[in-house]
Amino acid sequence: MKTLILTTAALALTAGMALADGHAKTIRMGTEGAYPPYNFINDAGEVDGFERELGDELCARAELTCEWVTNEWDSIIPNLVSGNYDTIIAGMSITDERDEVIDFTQNYTLPDPSAYLALSADADLAGGVIAAQTNTIQAAFIADTGATLVEFATPEETIAAVKNGEADAVLADKAFLAPIEADDADLIFLEQEELIGGGVGMGLRESDGELRAKFDAAIQSMKDDGSLNALLTKWEIGGAF
Amino acid sequence: MACYLTTGKHMSIYLSVFTVLALLAVTAPVALMFGFGGATAARSSVLPLRWFGKTYIALVRGVPDIAFFLFFVIALDQGIEYLRHKALCPDWSEPIRQGNDFVVCQAAKMPLGNAPQWVHETYGFSLAVLTFAIVFGAFAANVLFGAMRAVPRTQLETAEAYGMTRRQTFWRVLVPQMWVYALPGLSNLWMVLIKATPLLFLLGVEDIVYWARELGGTKTSRFTDYPHGDWRMWYFLALLVFYLIFTRVSEVVLGRLMNRLTRGQATAGGEAQRKAAV
Repeated sequence: MKTLILTTAALALTAGMALADGHAKTIRMGTEGAYPPYNFINDAGEVDGFERELGDELCARAELTCEWVTNEWDSIIPNLVSGNYDTIIAGMSITDERDEVIDFTQNYTLPDPSAYLALSADADLAGGVIAAQTNTIQAAFIADTGATLVEFATPEETIAAVKNGEADAVLADKAFLAPIEADDADLIFLEQEELIGGGVGMGLRESDGELRAKFDAAIQSMKDDGSLNALLTKWEIGGAF
Repeated sequence: MACYLTTGKHMSIYLSVFTVLALLAVTAPVALMFGFGGATAARSSVLPLRWFGKTYIALVRGVPDIAFFLFFVIALDQGIEYLRHKALCPDWSEPIRQGNDFVVCQAAKMPLGNAPQWVHETYGFSLAVLTFAIVFGAFAANVLFGAMRAVPRTQLETAEAYGMTRRQTFWRVLVPQMWVYALPGLSNLWMVLIKATPLLFLLGVEDIVYWARELGGTKTSRFTDYPHGDWRMWYFLALLVFYLIFTRVSEVVLGRLMNRLTRGQATAGGEAQRKAAV
């Protein structure tokens, strides 16, 4: 019996060492799955979108095995630092505030203009009520203007707020709003746009420098051979490198 | 329509119904066990055990569910990983807490980083069951504690007079008779438990409320074959009907159980049954 326990323990230990080897590790990619065209759940119930294609390509180039997980936007950073997944790839703009908590790779989109979507062209941007998703650069931007900010946990609710009149307009990435505007005759873009944020990058734990370097190199190689631009055009996300 | 309702995404919501049912099926007996243990401990004649039982009941009942769920699960997860880290990677030199980051060696990850997604989901599900069981166990313990005291003292005295030991009195007289007093409280708890299942999403388990919100959200024609407006209202209405039917069925079943338990008991209900039978 004793030898049996010892062998099992030894086995477990060697197995543990083998797993500690970096190549055997599966990289878990955390995303929101509610922000098309960046990331969304398709009809088959799987993560899809610009970032799905980008992420799969990056993993292939960096020779990593990757797996997709979805998480609420609200708790996406806390769950990264506590180790539930290894990267955030969720249309997250690089900002100084976030950079204090996590690390970013280089940007894989250029700063994309944020647009206002409203029911009428004369919506009051200076003193009206503007909707934005919680913890986004758009929410931070509105908070600094004279307008009243209403925050929502999901992008879906920000649009609903405009349609039912709770908010005068919604501020979000133009690439996200464009397909909604195209489908809905009531909603129109305002002329004013805001250029905020430093582009979108992948978020990683600050202690994960090695992984960050791998993804950085992969993004650079995609920028160099133009495949990143092709993806950006395909998913209609503004600005090419 | 039939095509729309059978997309992969809709399959996920049907599957999540079973997740919820499975959660209830596992949690209810486990919570009842926790409750029974807590109640027995709280009325134990051993002082530390009594303190333990009473502290458990008071502490868990006093903390808001949502706070308990957010704190306890993260603490439990990190606690397990910390212990595994200490056991499996003794020669690891870097600190576990690096600023905001919680870093343990790969072998200590729970579940292992390279485990397939279903293992992660099962692990999350087990954490959910345990958390639900602890929370609802505390309420059940309080209910059972009260029920044990509600059994008429004369019944116990009679048992003692027959020369039964404490243990025999407890198992043969007290426990069989207490259920009829406990059932109204327990059935309340069961109803609350059914309605508390959407808390699952807090723990990263994708439950029916998550999928209803996801499926009901506006879909534009570029990203799906079935574009539609904001249908969340209809999906939530379906959820409402589901929960109502479920609680109604529970009520009927619990009513029958109450009838069965009342039979032959020294309560007003039992007396009424006896008279009706005559």
